[in-house]
Amino acid sequence: MSVGSIDVMPVFNAHVEVRHLPGIADPAGATVERALPALGYTNVAQVHIGKTIRLTVEAPDAESARAQVNEMCERLLANPVIEAYEVVIS
Amino acid sequence: VTVRVGVVVFPGTNCELDVQHAFERLGTETELLWHGDDTTKGVDAVVVPGGFAHGDYLRTGAIARFSPVMHAVGEHARAGGPTVGICNGFQVLCEAHLLPGALLPNLSLKFVFRQVELEVVDAETPFTRSCARGERLSIPVKHTTGRFYAPPEQLDALESGGQVLLRYARGHNPNGSLGDVAGICNEQRNVFGLMPHPEHAVDPLTGSADGLKIFESIRAHVADRIAV
Repeated sequence: MSVGSIDVMPVFNAHVEVRHLPGIADPAGATVERALPALGYTNVAQVHIGKTIRLTVEAPDAESARAQVNEMCERLLANPVIEAYEVVIS
Repeated sequence: VTVRVGVVVFPGTNCELDVQHAFERLGTETELLWHGDDTTKGVDAVVVPGGFAHGDYLRTGAIARFSPVMHAVGEHARAGGPTVGICNGFQVLCEAHLLPGALLPNLSLKFVFRQVELEVVDAETPFTRSCARGERLSIPVKHTTGRFYAPPEQLDALESGGQVLLRYARGHNPNGSLGDVAGICNEQRNVFGLMPHPEHAVDPLTGSADGLKIFESIRAHVADRIAV
């Protein structure tokens, strides 16, 4: 994008959700799952606790922002041996 | 033969002095390797000790892995140099892909600090050669993130490939590690990681001197390597 004669890169918000791969025990999620029925929510299952990472990234377009954040996930933000991630760009 | 062992120090490392002390009891020279220096200073073996490197932020070992010293440690390890990660050091070596698998938060979600019994699964390795197969070692653990995990097919490969070197004895698994795995090595058998702290078990005064056998194994292995 160009404002006057200065090139300004758009800034995108990235929302990264990191969670354990299926099959990996999640004791925090299991504990919450056992606590909810005590409050009357007997219809709850599949509680999993992960983490959220928010960041902004300057990039020429949304696709390039997404590609960069995916790469950050592969290299640092998630450990592919134990974690899956999901990136939402806005 | 004088054996020189490098002991890596990150911001947050806190077991380096005990590792030095353990080696010095065996007449082995040690040298601290600062995380910001991209060199292992020509040492014969490298130990990545325990602690909380870079505050354990994001995941244990995740940030430390990118330190300049880890570049040098990677080259040392890939050239066949004996390399050991203890506790947080084990986590760092897994994150650096020098060892398979990963360490997850303990199933109890609590910090555990206690003496545990380990079983030596294989005593024919550079890291266990001063032990006997099936021998029990009394060594403490102290960690929050020590649950060893590898995907099922990889865990099978570790077991069948003889890469599991130490196991928690029955009833002693403190963290929910799959297969009671306490210590593993890489396929080339020159990189070893373990959650228990042998450097805290080097004097009967503090309950056990069994940990010395791990350090004596490393010393003897390196001495043989140098002599060749």
